[in-house]
Amino acid sequence: MKRIALLGMPNTGKSTFFNRLTGASARIGNWPGITVDLLSARILLGADMVEVVDLPGFYDLHGFSEDEQVVRQFLQNNPIDLLCLIINATQIDQQLPLALQLRRLGLPTVAILNMADEAEQMGIRFDAAVLTAGLDSPVCFVSAKYGHGFSEARETLRQVLERNPPTNAAIQHTEFAADEALLAEAEKLVARSVSMPRVLEHGLTERIDRIVLHPILGIPLFFLALFFLFQAVYTLGGPLQDGMTWLLTTVHDQVLAHLQPILPGWLYGLLVEGVYDGLGTVASFVPIIVLFFLGMALIEDSGYLSRIAFLMDALMAKLGLDGRGFVMLMMGFGCNVPALLGTRVMRSRSLRLLTMLIIPFSLCSARLQVFVFLTTALFSSTQAPVVLFALYVVSFLTAFGTALLFKNRLPSREPLLIELPPYRLPTFKQVILRGWHEVHHFLSRASRFIIMGVVAIWLLTHLPPGVAVGGPQSLAGIFGSWLEPLLRPIGIDQQMAVVLLFGFVAKEIVLGAMAVIYGLEGDALSHLMAQRMDWVQAFSFMLFILIYTPCLSTVATLRSESKSLVFTGVSIVWSLGLAWVISFAFYQSARLLGY
Amino acid sequence: MSMVRLSELAIGQQGIIGDMDAEGQFRQRLQSLGFRIGKEVRLIRQALFGGPLQVRVGSVNVMLRRCDAASIQIWAER
Repeated sequence: MKRIALLGMPNTGKSTFFNRLTGASARIGNWPGITVDLLSARILLGADMVEVVDLPGFYDLHGFSEDEQVVRQFLQNNPIDLLCLIINATQIDQQLPLALQLRRLGLPTVAILNMADEAEQMGIRFDAAVLTAGLDSPVCFVSAKYGHGFSEARETLRQVLERNPPTNAAIQHTEFAADEALLAEAEKLVARSVSMPRVLEHGLTERIDRIVLHPILGIPLFFLALFFLFQAVYTLGGPLQDGMTWLLTTVHDQVLAHLQPILPGWLYGLLVEGVYDGLGTVASFVPIIVLFFLGMALIEDSGYLSRIAFLMDALMAKLGLDGRGFVMLMMGFGCNVPALLGTRVMRSRSLRLLTMLIIPFSLCSARLQVFVFLTTALFSSTQAPVVLFALYVVSFLTAFGTALLFKNRLPSREPLLIELPPYRLPTFKQVILRGWHEVHHFLSRASRFIIMGVVAIWLLTHLPPGVAVGGPQSLAGIFGSWLEPLLRPIGIDQQMAVVLLFGFVAKEIVLGAMAVIYGLEGDALSHLMAQRMDWVQAFSFMLFILIYTPCLSTVATLRSESKSLVFTGVSIVWSLGLAWVISFAFYQSARLLGY
Repeated sequence: MSMVRLSELAIGQQGIIGDMDAEGQFRQRLQSLGFRIGKEVRLIRQALFGGPLQVRVGSVNVMLRRCDAASIQIWAER
């Protein structure tokens, strides 16, 4: 029996053509030399039975995608009597190179120009005689969708088959051998030069998924995993943080204190009480941030993130988002900026904007250090984790609430298709490198902003010369008194108002700013904060810090990614307004209840 | 054998892709992940609350929503 191979690029209507040509008689079959199954059917063409095989769509006979290899291997291992090439007539200019590539194989060929009706409507005209000569094969015009031109096509196929004697062997094309050799060489080079993380065997991934994606246990397990990550970060990070604080205090007392008699008063103040104390307060949180980023890198590289998207998609769909949006929120725990950049994978603009609108509510590591500092200062060691947890809950609630409110303005209907890759064991080196990359980013950004910030704050609290430090006559005091009417109803005083002002630039500055304003660092600063604020004020302050605009980098990213000033403006105004309203509601009702 | 939508398969059931009514980029994404007419697929699991499906094509696992899965026709045992 003679055999026809159906070939063509993806999206040429090849499968529709195959179905129409063969009726519904197709069956799946194994073919020599290839590992995937192909659809084939036997049809009566004239007086003879002929076998038609539907090959996968491909772009390049010498390409290296899986489909291209399948086509090549099929042609090398199976005798073919006729190549039937399906061409999308509306894109003929892009498809002719493949036709010319096939011509070089020297097999009898028929070119089928599909979607001829659409091409005609688009005003495309063909000179069939020139095409036939150029391709060295007969040309047929059909519409596979509507069945136009099929009898002519069948007749042409029959004639060409009849003209040629049956082939008994597969073609031996030397260029194919070159392609295979190239592939083998590439494989060898990869094996020698690239080390890939170990992929867990298929069965193990399946067993893990059975637990991790369990319909009932899946989501609780995810939150449990998150809980243990945070637990591990604080358990390991606590002693490291104490060590760092001890080191900073020792350097301050043993080394820098000796500079006091030598340096002019203002320079000592600026360098030691400004820059050193400000940076030091932030630096003591570096161990926790490092561990946190290491944990995030571990989760990201393991393949678990796409499982989280799977678990959360149903909930996110109700918010007008999809599972990827939840993953972006989680990435935002580290830093909001990469999370915003991550939304580039979304193709629908509405979906992307809605996701970008909620990411700034994600409690990033810069805000985390402020919260760790304040909760440790104002709450007992048993209360502090609960308060921190409550802030994460508020972070999610504000994000979800925002999505609910805006989803009708930004409706989207984007198909969701995500691969669930096999689990990987990230190598130790990989995790360290990833963690280091994040930490480096954090430090370079933090040091730039913090040094500028603490110097600016030192100047604001010490100018004009001679005023009481941070007092009502200082610049800081004046700014604070402007903001006071706005912030008093949420329990924030003049000095903390200045802190919030700088927090707009970056949350990393907040702690440094407090250290400079009060002229204290470390434990002494904690004690002072506990005296100056009660827990209601502190929580209101943290709510405001959590919800209002995260930092200038985030604003700049919102602007550059959305390419819309209006959207950026809405995001800033909405988060500022929401921060104030929620802090106000909390502060006033807590006071009303007598706290 | 009869044609059903991919979203109508029972959990654990397998079938053969008979037709894909997807368009544009979604179709290309499907193809790049190995969805092709004639390929065998198996519905592995479904997330809670009408959430997405996990489907295996060849050795690749993907998640997709029920509404998107409805555009893929499967030859399967009734």
